[in-house]
Amino acid sequence: MAEELIAFPSKAEMLDRSRQFWNPDKTQFWMDSGVPLVIDRREGYFIYDVGGKRLIDVHLNGGTYNLGHRNPEVAAAVTAAMQRFDIGNHHFPSLARTALAEALVNTAPPGLTKVVFGSGGGEAIDIALKTARHATKKRRIVSIAKAYHGHTGLAVATGDDRFSTLFLADRPDEFTHVPFNDLAAMEDALRGRDVAAVIMETIPATYGFPLPAPGYLEGTKKLCERYGALYIADEVQTGLMRTGELWAITKHGIAPDILVTGKGISGGMYPVSAVLVSEAAAGWLSEDGFAHMSTFGGAELGCIAALKTLEITCRPEIRSLVFYIADVLGRGLRRIQSAYPDWFTGIRQDGLVMGLEFGHPQGAKFVMKRLYEHGVWAIFSTLDPRVLQFKPGLLLTPDLCAELLDRAEVAIAAARDDAGSARPGGRPPALPARGTTPGAPGPRESPARRDPPSAGPASPANGRWVR
Amino acid sequence: MSEAPVTAGFDGPIAIDLLTDPAGVPRARAMLQRAQWAASAFARYDRAAVDRIVAAAAAAGAARAREYADWAVRETGFGVAEHKVIKNLASTTGLAQAYAGHDYVTPRVDPAARIVEIPRPAGVVLALTPSTNPVATVFVKSLLALMTRNAVVVSPHPLARECSADAARALADAAVAAGAPDGVIQVVDEPSVPLINALMTDERTNLIVATGGVGVVRAAYSSGTPAIGVGPGNVPVFVADDADLPEAARRIVDSKSFDNSILCTNESVLIVTEAAAGALLRHLQRAGAYLLPPEDRDKVRDLLFPGGHFDTRFVGKDATWIAAQAGLRVPGTSRVLLAPFPLVVPEEPLAHEKLCPVLGLTQVGSVRHGIGAARAVLRLGGRGHSAAIHATDPATIMEYGAALEVLRVVVNAGSSLGSAGIGTGLAPSMTIGTGFFGRSSVGENLQPKHLVQWTRLAYNEDPAVGFGDFTGLVPWEAPTGAVPPYPVASNLRDHGGRPQTGHPVPANKTPGQDDRGAAAGPARPAGTPGGTDADMEALRAEIRRVVLEELRGIVGDGRG
Ligand SMILES: Cc1ncc(COP(=O)(O)O)c(C=O)c1O
Repeated sequence: MAEELIAFPSKAEMLDRSRQFWNPDKTQFWMDSGVPLVIDRREGYFIYDVGGKRLIDVHLNGGTYNLGHRNPEVAAAVTAAMQRFDIGNHHFPSLARTALAEALVNTAPPGLTKVVFGSGGGEAIDIALKTARHATKKRRIVSIAKAYHGHTGLAVATGDDRFSTLFLADRPDEFTHVPFNDLAAMEDALRGRDVAAVIMETIPATYGFPLPAPGYLEGTKKLCERYGALYIADEVQTGLMRTGELWAITKHGIAPDILVTGKGISGGMYPVSAVLVSEAAAGWLSEDGFAHMSTFGGAELGCIAALKTLEITCRPEIRSLVFYIADVLGRGLRRIQSAYPDWFTGIRQDGLVMGLEFGHPQGAKFVMKRLYEHGVWAIFSTLDPRVLQFKPGLLLTPDLCAELLDRAEVAIAAARDDAGSARPGGRPPALPARGTTPGAPGPRESPARRDPPSAGPASPANGRWVR
Repeated sequence: MSEAPVTAGFDGPIAIDLLTDPAGVPRARAMLQRAQWAASAFARYDRAAVDRIVAAAAAAGAARAREYADWAVRETGFGVAEHKVIKNLASTTGLAQAYAGHDYVTPRVDPAARIVEIPRPAGVVLALTPSTNPVATVFVKSLLALMTRNAVVVSPHPLARECSADAARALADAAVAAGAPDGVIQVVDEPSVPLINALMTDERTNLIVATGGVGVVRAAYSSGTPAIGVGPGNVPVFVADDADLPEAARRIVDSKSFDNSILCTNESVLIVTEAAAGALLRHLQRAGAYLLPPEDRDKVRDLLFPGGHFDTRFVGKDATWIAAQAGLRVPGTSRVLLAPFPLVVPEEPLAHEKLCPVLGLTQVGSVRHGIGAARAVLRLGGRGHSAAIHATDPATIMEYGAALEVLRVVVNAGSSLGSAGIGTGLAPSMTIGTGFFGRSSVGENLQPKHLVQWTRLAYNEDPAVGFGDFTGLVPWEAPTGAVPPYPVASNLRDHGGRPQTGHPVPANKTPGQDDRGAAAGPARPAGTPGGTDADMEALRAEIRRVVLEELRGIVGDGRG
């Protein structure tokens, strides 16, 4: 049956049609990047190209596959649920939604008492922002420059304007961007008391996981309190035990007013997202419960997947695994780094949230390509291509960690040679440098930057966005 | 998935079960994975660190020896708390002392043989522990694992679930506090037959150490995982003419009444020569044994073996209580009931294993006949296990040992403790290897060496090829902090990777400290009972069934 629905004479032909019918630019981008990946089978932390090539997945789509691809327990729960449920009717109270809401509240940082469901992270962010605006009766939203909170209507305006201006969706009058790790700038943005919320990823993923400076998030929360703004913690990527705590924000002792989760919450089996809201901010749910509607928001199959995922993630054993894996990979990576200190210049790590810094403006692209060759799939940070996002799974075994480090060591060494010919400040020879300007200053120096538009239909977009 | 109520207007409880695995299995598999990590870290500890950990864990168990003795009796209804205290101490500080000088960690160098041996732990040990001897077995297996740098997952017998789990956690906490890796000792909270099967066949289990009924042991061996299983006993004890009869009598009664005969090493059938019988009987009675007259013997036999099979209600019960159940009046000081019978044959129930203070008694005409009777006892059960003899002539003792299909014979000592290495030179252990006779891979009392193997560096034997100087070369090291460390963000760490002072780290740093009650997961917050009374009733019934099944296995079916 599947063969009748999906049939291509060859991978090349399939890619042609992908260009033709789906997304010409994205399809081409990966060909040009040396990552001609079309994922077919997937299991645990392995994904397989249609040609059979096996890759260890340390991208995990930002934590979507924290528990591995097709986690058998989550798959079994969803399969069982399909004998009884479907997406459900979003207007009515639902068994699955209520159970999940309660489970989320029970495991949440203190003070979060209500849950609103969406179908994806972006929608959840929009719900969070709307909720904050309703609660504060203010309109302005503050986010960090180079933030990424999704591409829906409001979320897109919190992020880099590369993605909003293209669609005429930027709203500079309502959305303020401040540099990361700069409390003075944060205070300047809040001082006018016209800010509904500061939205903040606990560790900004797409920016290459720069770590919040000691006291930065805590200070931001205090400023929010002082100036009457809500603190929205975007835990879409940092949540769900990746840092050794269910929600990374609790490592900072912060009780956010709103917390957003998506991606990994439903184990990659059925989409759902959730916004956890404090009682004080949740007024609209009592005033007009129909105010935000979404047919697929809180789809019941997604809720079942999420219940199972949350139950697994909260087992004390899993937390222990995260500690072990973070320790072993951290030490292994530091060992590799010590061999190439000029090239592998830094490791940003909080548990299983890792950004690997390389000494070339496009460094992570070289590494990504070599990792792919050596059977590892990890993605560069679009907003800081020096940095490779390295996001290993929660259930890795000692053996697979050792294999991953072996592969990484060889790939990092090979990428160093590749970059060597391109340095200093040169562009990577075999890779398209689209999406960033070669040699552009690092993100700390340059909070927002756009690529020069390129001309011609063969290269239509002005930025390459990789999640 | 369960069916939904369809009646209009229904307003009862709604529960939708999406479980696809037997209860507890996914969690237990997660334990194996955690154990795998713990084992990989532990395998690199040095001897000083291991010694510290063993001492701390042993002390923690010993400190609560009495509490667990009472708890085990309360929970299982078996045994004598006073005696369990002794076993608990023997199985903790006693065990640690017994192996204090031993080293299963440091490489050994043999320049003469030109060999260097590097100890390599099994990895993840799955320990199945019984209901009869619950806490002491948990202690022994956990400590043996620690001595050899293994991680252990304990699956206790359902009937002794709570005391066993708590005891395992007490040791785990102490071990981790002393520097052991997190997850080095874990325990399954919801043991069941499907769960044990899942764990035994899981490829993360490196070794099964199974104590229990025949069924469990056979299942361990057929799982495909390396296993050490031990079978049931049925211990013959022979008293020869030249024995010190008063001493023999005292030892036999002490041993048979110890923990109400709950150890598989307890004497089952007393064999005595006709010449010595009269005197021995007088001494036995003086020591607290009560000789059942034939009609009373029949009542006890009928009581203990209804339909020819041992009734597990009598496991580990007092002699006087058993007598009362049989409608007999015996002196309140009776510690053992002596049940005489003429011939050791399969159809004589009293010749089979009895995990209660009823001792079969049979008379023989000669040493040769005595040996024959002892061999007959072992044909009914307990092959490979234990036997005892009270005698002085070494020739008799040698003949006895060479004739019986057992792998230990205690001489002039009680068997209950003596065969378990308490008061004899055998390895102290509650797990008695029954070897090839008993269809087991191990013929000794379980000891540390069974949980470790050695990588041997074998040099060219040609003396012209130099042999390296390995003095002081130890590939292991002591941990420098919690293993694994709390994942502190890298910008809050110093260059050695440790947390900088001054930066707060959350209080709950160890992943292992929050296990209790967390099994239910977030959907069922801790403290909320997991089921209705009816569920509990069904669960209890199921446990009873499993227990009975196992005990039937322990005592054999009378033909074994
Ligand atoms: C931190 C963060 N927030 C929000 C989103 C948006 O999620 P979605 O792609 O499901 O809309 C993403 C997606 O990558 C993200 O990384």
